[in-house]
Amino acid sequence: MDAFDLIAMSRPARGEAGRTGDWRNERPVMDAGACVAARQGRTTCQICWAHCPDACIAQGAPPEIDLEFCKGCGICAEVCPSHAIEMVPEAQHGVCETAGGEKR
Amino acid sequence: MTKRILTGNESAAWGARLARAQVVAAYPITPQSPVVETLSSWVESGEMPAEFIAVESEHSAMSVCIGASTAGARAFTATSSNGLAYMTEQIWWAAGARLPIVMCVANRSLAAPWNVLNDQQDSMSVRDAGWVQLHCRDNQEILDTVVQAYWVAERTNLPVMVCYDGFLLSHTAMPVDVPDAAAVDAFLPPRPAPLQVIAPDDPRNIGPVVIADPRRDADGVLRGGYMELRAAHHEALLAAADVVQEAAEAWGRAIGRRTGGLLVEHRLEDAEIVLVAAGSLVTQLTLVADTLRSDGVAAGVLGIRCYRPFPAEAVRERLSDARAALVFDKALSYGYAGPIATDLKAALHGAAGSPAVYGAVCGLGGRDVTPEALADEVRRALIDARAGVVDRATAWVGRLQEGVR
Repeated sequence: MDAFDLIAMSRPARGEAGRTGDWRNERPVMDAGACVAARQGRTTCQICWAHCPDACIAQGAPPEIDLEFCKGCGICAEVCPSHAIEMVPEAQHGVCETAGGEKR
Repeated sequence: MTKRILTGNESAAWGARLARAQVVAAYPITPQSPVVETLSSWVESGEMPAEFIAVESEHSAMSVCIGASTAGARAFTATSSNGLAYMTEQIWWAAGARLPIVMCVANRSLAAPWNVLNDQQDSMSVRDAGWVQLHCRDNQEILDTVVQAYWVAERTNLPVMVCYDGFLLSHTAMPVDVPDAAAVDAFLPPRPAPLQVIAPDDPRNIGPVVIADPRRDADGVLRGGYMELRAAHHEALLAAADVVQEAAEAWGRAIGRRTGGLLVEHRLEDAEIVLVAAGSLVTQLTLVADTLRSDGVAAGVLGIRCYRPFPAEAVRERLSDARAALVFDKALSYGYAGPIATDLKAALHGAAGSPAVYGAVCGLGGRDVTPEALADEVRRALIDARAGVVDRATAWVGRLQEGVR
């Protein structure tokens, strides 16, 4: 029998329940000029990716933040060694662009 | 094989050592403390290659065992009484996550009021959490059962509780045959790969929220809901009855000593009344039965060694010819009856020619249980049984009668 049928387990996936849309207070904004990985032009550092509790940062140079699932906790900004991520009040943006490009 | 004079707690520690437990986490509580004190000194001296993790509470002790067992280690802990109660939340987690943890419970009464002596209320209070629950009669059985418990746990992916009476066994020394480590190694190979293999290239979320209804996972595979997982757990526990028996047989072949199984049987042939109990009381009842037999009362003893899963079928078979069964519980389901008495009644319900089942409570909080009081209770039950009484209130053995209606 599949172990997944004997105990509750799941594989990482985008969770419907974690879809935050635009209800954040603050949005992480990445300054690619400061990002260690982006400056080196390859996938290094990735500390923000490792610490994101909602797994909504994809590895890359720079890493990409999926705002559709980001709840604005600010951990990525806190752990970034080069202070490349700034938490900006959501009100300054006015609208949130969803993954499909649809405006809300 | 070495013969040693061991207390019940030391026997439990020897069991964990011979089973090559890799992680031990525990918080000291009377009367369990010497189990982990012994293990701790072995770990410190290097005699036992294990991690000893000192924690600040029983809740954390079980949490550490859950973490260690999830990572694939053989985890061990021991507790008693209110410590077990404090651990209860994690007891359910260990079972629901199907982790083969083995825990000794040196049975002790639950506060309030405080009392450190023996009854079985602590482990009986968590009988429904989905653990296999084995009760030991003596120190030899404690050692053998702890090793067998891992054998059972790792085949069924269920945690196993090894229960023995606080002080009556935990602090009483008796000769115990300690098998050679090599013989135990042959019986109990290293733990097989856990169900929830932790691998960086296949990350998993263990124990996530599970809704009631079945639904498809991210890969489109239909997965059961909460009910399906619970049904699988229940079925594993029912199937564990056979595994407990197989463990006893395999132990007999490997070590040359038959210990274990589901039930203890003593002079059941032609028994008019069968005395039922769990733990050290079973040994005492065999002596009571022998005395009653010499007085012309056909008494037998049925010891419940495996309390969960409850061996209903085996019990029905053993009791089919008796006129009555008298259950001595060292615990109560307050507001109803003794837990073993209730389970026995349920197991026998509707079976043709099943005996009357009477419940008696004894030994709560360490109250002395004398052979005379047990024998008197048996004689009273026999009078009722012969008069055709099918049901009666739970009797209190050794309770102050003066001024009590």
